Amino acid sequence: MTDLARDMDRRTLIKVGGAGALALAGLAALGARPARAAAADSEAAVKKLVGNAPIKDGKITLKLPQIAENGNTVPFSVVVDSPMTEKDYVKAIHVFADGNPSPGVASFTLTPRSGKAEISMRMRLAQTQDIRAIAVMSDGQVFMAKQEIKVTIGGCGG
Amino acid sequence: MAASAKVRVPATAKKGEVIEIKTQVQHEMESGQRKDAAGKAIPRQIINKFVCKYNGAEVFASDWHPAISANPYLSFFITATESGKIEFFWTDDKGEVTKAEAEIKVS
Repeated sequence: MTDLARDMDRRTLIKVGGAGALALAGLAALGARPARAAAADSEAAVKKLVGNAPIKDGKITLKLPQIAENGNTVPFSVVVDSPMTEKDYVKAIHVFADGNPSPGVASFTLTPRSGKAEISMRMRLAQTQDIRAIAVMSDGQVFMAKQEIKVTIGGCGG
Repeated sequence: MAASAKVRVPATAKKGEVIEIKTQVQHEMESGQRKDAAGKAIPRQIINKFVCKYNGAEVFASDWHPAISANPYLSFFITATESGKIEFFWTDDKGEVTKAEAEIKVS
């Protein structure tokens, strides 16, 4: 007992360390369960919304923090470079979170009357993952932007 | 649950001006992923559709999935074309619709 008392600090430290390791193992186990939408699911979701059009880089900008401490509310903005006229406008913007239990986040339907193709919202993220934003233009062209975001605490309950 | 919504629309604008609209609606956005204390899944109950109408014409719409945070905030832009009413509709999984509206004077 006296030994224990003397070594209390060290022992507490070791115990805390052990608990931490356990917690980490728990997290790893959580990650292993099918919380992550399979890459194939995500691809299927994209195909369903944009069809088989070739997906190009450029024109679309995704604004995200690099690190989200709280996965429950992660702000994001999407800006698409477009004149937004009757002849040339952004028809739709889709946002996907590939590492969420279900990859869809939101789809936005724009019109020439939108004036500017820019939206801001807040989403939930389960874990560190890639976010993709896809813009479908009125002429059928499809553009994509992708960014990785580190998530400290996942926001999907569980 | 009658949700309440807040919208911010400029009171006046010049014709052709692109204006920013900010909206927030109170809603839990229950994702369907969570479990209650007994380990039973809590059924999904989210707002899945948002529509903005300008004098009756749909100018912006959005489909939402469970990944949208609780009390959804959304900002977007529209072109001020004429004076009148801008209406907002949020529809949830139960079909309940939350409405908000704002008047705009366009000169």
